Amino acid sequence: MTAVPADTGSTGLRILQRPKATTGLWSWVTTTDHKKIGMMYFIATMFFFVVAGVEALLLRVQLAVPENDFLSPELYNQLYTMHGITMVFFVGIPLGATFFNYIMPLQIGARDVAFPRLNAFSFWVFCAAGIFMYSGIVLGGLPDGGWFNYAPLSTTVGPDVSGYTTGGGSGELAYQVHSGRMLLYSVGLQIAGIATLASAVNFIVTILNMRAPGMTLMRMPVFTWMTLIVAFLLLFALPVIGIALWQLMFEVRFGANFFNPAAGGDPILWEHMFWLFGHPEVYILVLPAFGIISEIIPTFSRKPIFGYTAMVFAGVAIGFLGWGVWAHHMFAAGMGPVANTAFGLTTMFIAVPTGVKIFNWVGTLWGGKVRLTSAMLFAIGAVAMFTIGGLSGVTHSVVPSNYQQTDSYYVVAHFHYVLFGGLVFGAIGGIYYWYPKVTGRLMNETWGKINFWTLLIGFNVTFGLMHFLGLWGMPRRIDTYYAGFGWEQLNLIITYGAFLIAASIALLLLNVVVSLRRGKLAGDDPWDARTVEWMTTSPPAHYNFAEIPQISARDELWHRKHAVSDSGDYVRVPAGGSGAIVVREVEDSDIHMPDPSVFPAMSAVGLPIMGWALFTSGNLMIVMLAVGSVITVGSLFAWAFEPSAEEGH
Amino acid sequence: MAELTTAEASHEAHATSLGLSNEKIGMWTLLGSECLFFGALISAYLVYYGRYNGQPEISPALFDIPFTSVSTFVLLMSSLGMVLALSSIQRGDDRAFRVWILATAMMGSVFLSGQIYEFTVFVNEGMRLDTSPFSSAFYLMTGFHGIHVTVGVLMLITLWSRSMSGRLTSENSEVVENIGLYWHFVDIVWIVIFTAVYLIPYEQATL
Amino acid sequence: MRAARRRWSAWTIVLGVPIAGCGVQELPQSALNPAGPVAQSQDQLWDLVFWIAVVVFVIVQALILIAVFRFRDKGGDEIPKQVAGNTRLELLWTIIPALILVGIAVPTVRTIFELAEDPGEEALDVRVVGKQYWWAFEYLGDEGQGVITANELHIPTDRPVALNMQSLSATQPDPGFDQEPQVGQPVSNGVIHSFWVPRLAGKQDVVPGHTRPLTIQADEPGTYPGQCAEFCGLSHARMRFEVIAHEPDEFEAWLASQTEPAEPATDALAAEGQELFESQTCINCHAIDGYESAAGGAAAEVRIGPNLTHFASRNKFAGGIFDVDDPEQLAAWLRNPQEVKPGSQMPNLGLSDEQIDALSAYLYTLE
Repeated sequence: MTAVPADTGSTGLRILQRPKATTGLWSWVTTTDHKKIGMMYFIATMFFFVVAGVEALLLRVQLAVPENDFLSPELYNQLYTMHGITMVFFVGIPLGATFFNYIMPLQIGARDVAFPRLNAFSFWVFCAAGIFMYSGIVLGGLPDGGWFNYAPLSTTVGPDVSGYTTGGGSGELAYQVHSGRMLLYSVGLQIAGIATLASAVNFIVTILNMRAPGMTLMRMPVFTWMTLIVAFLLLFALPVIGIALWQLMFEVRFGANFFNPAAGGDPILWEHMFWLFGHPEVYILVLPAFGIISEIIPTFSRKPIFGYTAMVFAGVAIGFLGWGVWAHHMFAAGMGPVANTAFGLTTMFIAVPTGVKIFNWVGTLWGGKVRLTSAMLFAIGAVAMFTIGGLSGVTHSVVPSNYQQTDSYYVVAHFHYVLFGGLVFGAIGGIYYWYPKVTGRLMNETWGKINFWTLLIGFNVTFGLMHFLGLWGMPRRIDTYYAGFGWEQLNLIITYGAFLIAASIALLLLNVVVSLRRGKLAGDDPWDARTVEWMTTSPPAHYNFAEIPQISARDELWHRKHAVSDSGDYVRVPAGGSGAIVVREVEDSDIHMPDPSVFPAMSAVGLPIMGWALFTSGNLMIVMLAVGSVITVGSLFAWAFEPSAEEGH
Repeated sequence: MAELTTAEASHEAHATSLGLSNEKIGMWTLLGSECLFFGALISAYLVYYGRYNGQPEISPALFDIPFTSVSTFVLLMSSLGMVLALSSIQRGDDRAFRVWILATAMMGSVFLSGQIYEFTVFVNEGMRLDTSPFSSAFYLMTGFHGIHVTVGVLMLITLWSRSMSGRLTSENSEVVENIGLYWHFVDIVWIVIFTAVYLIPYEQATL
Repeated sequence: MRAARRRWSAWTIVLGVPIAGCGVQELPQSALNPAGPVAQSQDQLWDLVFWIAVVVFVIVQALILIAVFRFRDKGGDEIPKQVAGNTRLELLWTIIPALILVGIAVPTVRTIFELAEDPGEEALDVRVVGKQYWWAFEYLGDEGQGVITANELHIPTDRPVALNMQSLSATQPDPGFDQEPQVGQPVSNGVIHSFWVPRLAGKQDVVPGHTRPLTIQADEPGTYPGQCAEFCGLSHARMRFEVIAHEPDEFEAWLASQTEPAEPATDALAAEGQELFESQTCINCHAIDGYESAAGGAAAEVRIGPNLTHFASRNKFAGGIFDVDDPEQLAAWLRNPQEVKPGSQMPNLGLSDEQIDALSAYLYTLE
């Protein structure tokens, strides 16, 4: 099938030369290879992870002792807000995208994602969003209304009615500073949303449409299933927050009235729209980790996942139920007993599919041959820690008890057990697990084990103790506290715990970097794994598979490595046997892959320019909006005329 | 738009898993997401329906229903133009395709002009974006729809210019079908918005 | 405090928190140490769910540990049995958790509706106003009309107190309880706060444009600290308050004393302070009932900042973070409010040390 009609020669609309570099910086900017994009996502995500981690450490230093003045309230509010935003939108979501990008196409035996250039577009727009968000450092401050950014504090009033931050200056000046910060929040997250929405569409189409022959939906690895569910959640959740952010932007910049009670608006509308996105978001963050865990545990137990069907449907059920629980973030907002009951009950029952997953993981371990590699330790650690987060989640669903817990450190403890305990532990497990596939080398196992145990201890010291703080009455989001409430010792210990976490993460990053050169060579299938991605070379060629594999079973690779003996048991097929995998060497030119393109990165450049335009006014604003949209729309236009792959290449 | 896929680019392009092209599934997926975009906007509008906050209201006289009905009719007719454009290109009748695709874009533009005119009238009557929660919700919802029509018109013009440069033939006409899906979707959403804004009986809402 | 002590030791044992040397800990703001029926019913549910969670936690972690140790790879070539699942087991661990949750759901729903009930006629009605960053309490009904305190809510024991809570703009005068702020008034431009006295009741958000009810009740006389629990701006951490419960007759006496207007200052320094109160524009925001203004009494009624009529009878000021008894804290506050409480609405008036002395002297006469 030819992608392009015959007259590609007419280069009338060719604005730029087709990029040809395959190495060097330019090749990364223009790449459309899902693996390179996945690696770039990883680097960007780790960068933001370190940034948000440093923010968290600063917060912990401030809270180490009562009435500390290490950070001003103004700075504290910016840092805690950015810690949340960065961890959710610039670490959590792209961490999922990292694994989806690199692993998922390999797992389904595809050569790339469905829309390679759109994939590159997602990544560059994501970077643009990050740059835009943090441009507040030079534009009068970062967002300071919390990641939840409740109106009207975020809209008409602002956290600083007295003009304290502007030296006791006029209220108007203080409001200008405030509205700039809120523009960063609303526009920055909208840009990030465009990136994520595009990749959600991409992943859905890839999984639905690009599976290797024989890979039915119920033969897909659990990780791929979780990718699909997450992509659907993103597809439906992002529009809701998108509109809320759109409303916020018009309110702070153009005086629209949505959430301002003094003008007839209702701040509760923001809460509903935010959490209608915000709760599915929790599952968006944690389901990728569930998928990763579901790959690691079977491999290192040498058993198939226990209850595959239940596992898949539990994921789907969590995805569905996740839509009916958002208002449990608002029990104390005064919705009335009927609504509180309804949302309390749905919240309780979302624990059922989650419990099914946990028990099925234990069932996978049971009766296997468990190898405690670093990846496996992290996967099991994630199950154990997530269980705690899940159980504290059940205590939240008990509405009257929730009145005490909400907005206290108990909640901080809870969601860190879910997101750090679940997502971060799971993702680190994924890093140890797939690192040899990506780089061809193994990470250092001794360091990995030190990494695990220090992180487990640091994590539990830090967040475990926060449960007590919350129940003993310490509210969230306070920049200081007073002695005499029994919080002093715990806060100090928690700060030490946070530094232990930081040390452990530093060790992980060091391991990632050092193993790149020094790691032992891995080979194609170092873990004796079960799924399709281990059937190609490590690292995979840019076309992934020399020959697209024919899939006949759920754990395809395991079945290829084993045969049924006369007694009905599985026996290992000797290496090189008929069933064994053959990695065929092919000439690059035999397989035609999409060519690099400059337009995805170029079209991303216009978006922050349009965003910054809102900081100006009058003609300058119009000029900047025009420049930004010309860059973006022009690049998209050129993209539409550029063939995906050159003829005769 | 016109994203060419790995399945196509690959020489040994195997059949897709679902038998449909990536672009078509992608478009349907995107439209699923769009439903939520408009759902959120329409909900916000209905929540603030009639919340004038003591500010100028859109009186029944201001809502020029005959005028809007005409522009609505034009927009709905543009869907017919889209259908005819698609069937022309599938038949290989490039000339008819160009006529119909331009006619469709034209009808979309007429609708947009009507919307701009209507906004001007409202603003002159004192109902601006910042007047009341009702006006904010109204402008945001109809404006967001207007942006969608604009993007649609741009895509139609892109199709037309691709056809003029000979890059669009009956063989690769699926892009027309996909953009047609988008165009019909935007029309259908307008029916919902039209109902919510213009056909729900006007009454003095009190807070 | 006995209950608190017991609880603390139980916690230490349950999770083994190794805090040596701190001995018995005072937890005056702990939700686990309820001092009234509302907090009590919330705590009962917590106890139920907590122990269920502990049991589930122990079972799951034990299963994981057993699985890991018992089935560790000890070498050898044999391939473990490739079990793909077990329908009966899977049904079991779907149904049992569901049943446990039903068990939790029943008392939960009952308590939700109990807590939402109107406390009835006998309740004491108090209007609560949240502003950035302090609380005003206004006593409603015949017995206490006109009494307004700041950051200090006095209540009688063994009697439900019905709070009607509103959030108002920090910069606009409070129109008072008889003209409840409506959506659409500038005064509605407050932000969301959350009223939380953990030992008496869980949180209730205070949302601008709405009036939110909450019932609290104390069993024993005592001081119950609380604070704002919803992020409300720069000094969110400095928006504290106290609920002080008295025996009913003591409460009546307190209320009666608070209805008295302020006496004019008698000694010279205080009288100077009294003049400064007007000349330095304090009077533009703070009301003092009975204040005799040179320009007429009306200005003294304005309600932007706290009512100071009985300032000296209070324990704390400035959002409940400073001690009234400490003249140095009062002086520091008057010298530069922004420095000791960032974001506070009270401006730096540039007072001299002499003026601060005089103003303090006057404020301390307001008993």
